[in-house]
Amino acid sequence: MFSIIVDWLQAALRWAAPLIVVSFGEVFAERSGVINMGIEGIMLFGALVGVAASYYLDSLLLAVLLTILVGAVLGLAVAYLTVSRRANQVVTGLMINMVSLGATDMIFAMMSETRQNRATTFPTIFPASMHDIPVIGPLFFSQPVSTWIAFILPFIAAYILYKTRWGLNVRAVGDNPKASATAGLSVIGIKYQTVILSGIFACLGGCVLSLAEVGYFSAGGMAAGRGFIVMAACVVGGWDPVRTALICLIFGAADSAQLRIQTVSSTIPYQFLQMLPYVVTIVALTIMVKHSLVPKTWGAAYDPKDV
Amino acid sequence: MEENRYALQMQDITVEFPGVIANDHVSIDCKKGEVLGLLGENGAGKTTLMNVLYGLRPPTSGKIFLDGKEVQISSPYEAIENGIGMVHQHFKLVDTLSVIENVVLGIKEKKQKLDLEPAKKRLKELCEEYQLYVDPDEIVWRLPVGKQQWVEILKALYRDCKVLILDEPTAVLTPSESDHLCQAIRQIIKKGCSVIFISHKLREVMDITDRITVIRDGKMIGTIKTSDANQLILAEMMVGRPISIDRKPRSLYPQSEPVLEMHNVNAVDERGIPALRNFSLTVNSGEIVGVAGVDGNGQRELAECIAGLRKITSGSISIKGKPVTGVIADPSFLGFIPEDRQKTGLVLDFSIADNMIIKDYHEKPFAQKHMLQYKTIKKHAREMIRKYHIKTPSEDVKVRNLSGGNQQKVVIARELDPEPVLDIASHPTRGLDLGAVANVHETLLKERNRGAAVLFISAELQEIMALSDRIIVLFNGEIMGELDGESADQNVIGQMMLGQRAEVKE
Repeated sequence: MFSIIVDWLQAALRWAAPLIVVSFGEVFAERSGVINMGIEGIMLFGALVGVAASYYLDSLLLAVLLTILVGAVLGLAVAYLTVSRRANQVVTGLMINMVSLGATDMIFAMMSETRQNRATTFPTIFPASMHDIPVIGPLFFSQPVSTWIAFILPFIAAYILYKTRWGLNVRAVGDNPKASATAGLSVIGIKYQTVILSGIFACLGGCVLSLAEVGYFSAGGMAAGRGFIVMAACVVGGWDPVRTALICLIFGAADSAQLRIQTVSSTIPYQFLQMLPYVVTIVALTIMVKHSLVPKTWGAAYDPKDV
Repeated sequence: MEENRYALQMQDITVEFPGVIANDHVSIDCKKGEVLGLLGENGAGKTTLMNVLYGLRPPTSGKIFLDGKEVQISSPYEAIENGIGMVHQHFKLVDTLSVIENVVLGIKEKKQKLDLEPAKKRLKELCEEYQLYVDPDEIVWRLPVGKQQWVEILKALYRDCKVLILDEPTAVLTPSESDHLCQAIRQIIKKGCSVIFISHKLREVMDITDRITVIRDGKMIGTIKTSDANQLILAEMMVGRPISIDRKPRSLYPQSEPVLEMHNVNAVDERGIPALRNFSLTVNSGEIVGVAGVDGNGQRELAECIAGLRKITSGSISIKGKPVTGVIADPSFLGFIPEDRQKTGLVLDFSIADNMIIKDYHEKPFAQKHMLQYKTIKKHAREMIRKYHIKTPSEDVKVRNLSGGNQQKVVIARELDPEPVLDIASHPTRGLDLGAVANVHETLLKERNRGAAVLFISAELQEIMALSDRIIVLFNGEIMGELDGESADQNVIGQMMLGQRAEVKE
């Protein structure tokens, strides 16, 4: 029984890692007023680019760099549409998600080698001997480097958001863009920066999803709604990086729990178990959403000519 | 001559909007250490001119000189860099951030780390120097409006501005806060900073400025020394014809009976904070009861409770003996002029005709068998336009395109034409120019003489005193005292607005 729990917690951390990476960028974008709903699709790109680059170029560093590049380009696209063209953020996000789903599947179909072969995955940083230490061995030391980075990120995000000038600018822009503009800030510029950041980290999150353990890309929507879960986590977490990461962790725990219960019990139909993480999210949303302070211009377009 | 040098000159500024010329070759200048008054009615183009100076609005033509040097200002950032500070009429503060965070927002520094301690120290020195005290760590939305004004001014001073623009700074202040502001302005000009003081209130412009430039309909009428001016001259320059807002003679209404009765009413605002505390009031037919007080002391909640738009937590409200339990839809019962005509009074993108029937569109004769009768609706609108002198080419014009005064006339026509027994007028003259204000006052007085009970809420003491039969003063949701309209003293009301209770009469 005890080993099952350790195993479950280990998986929870691993499952939560990609979500936390994605949430890093999304918190900033939403704080500046832009809901980047395209993160679900951008994650797919990240997962594919990660696997493909790791397999063909045989370098994890290049895989990560390429992922960042692709994420930045996709983020730029979202920023151009929602910030400069002031397109509806929901419609833009849906469009990015649908295009990404089709595009990644198609590109994947053309790269038949990666179907059969496993790409190199992120290494663990601690020597294998430490993996056998009871409890903390499997729980922490056997985790790939990506998980470790993912759990440091929220604290870096919190520092940036609350303790730097740029973070102050982001918070101001989302709450009152007009006041920020009259204080001399470039509102458009800041929104571009945060949205591109959210693109980069959504892509990296996708890369973590495919390269932390499995080393495969799977067609037909590998992200499986994780981008949307991150958006929900931002709301429940009150757009605070650490609290949002915590919500991501709870989702990760629910997700890995359902996988484990599936293997143990056959009385509950597995479809119900698969619902578990999403049910947890919905329940958390309804219970906790009241207490969070929404950025005042969350999801609204900003027209600089409107003084 | 050093002391005669101009800190600021704006020459031949023209701003054209599609179809409108907001500024037509306007020139102003301001010397170092001088307070220049910029006087004009709403929509005269004062704010547009200042937005040009602050880089928010590119001028069609014209030149700006600072310290004798021509400058191009195309963004607020450049304006700030050039030493221009502006306190906008509608505050530009991020109200979820703290005071100090608002003050340092937008200041470019090499260091990315946000170190607020030295900034706080500097702000405290400024507070001390100008006697404008605010707590740097307080979150802005928790501050009363007066204090928010100080934050705006300190924000500009923190950036070492050489020209400070104050756009209608006293609109949200109590009389004593206004005096406080005047003292601060005197301190500011002592340091060699110039101040441009925008207002449409004659008294305070006379009080504080050295010279006054008057603008009307986007054109410059003239600049005179304050010592050579008086209120009559200025009013005439501003409006283009002689005008006065004085107390008009009135006769006692014969059959006075209670219409609105409120007993121990309690209500809370959106944040759950008590907005009305044990509020009791009776308004009789044929009288105007003026509600004085600084904005945000329960006035909005009071109006909403009576109109049935807000639930009361305890107590009772009745109109003509009928308790108020929900939204009052009967136009012959209540006429409600809401405080924000653009948000709650009108649907801006609807035509005048549609706005006129918004309360009884589903009733005969405007609708028959679920179909709108446009012939009747338009005829009704044309009649209202004639009766209430609404300036518009036709009844199909979108309300958005009307001036503020004419928008208010649409609301008044809809609300007061069915001759309701009770009128609530919530800040009915806010943002209107002198001519339109006089018009609203006339209408309300007519309503009183017709026999309606009128509850008149305003933050402008002058009009409260000019119009009311009785005056109550609201502070923090409580009535501080009641005064007779004929004999009320402005200073007494001012004291009550700050929370001092009326002394118990012998």
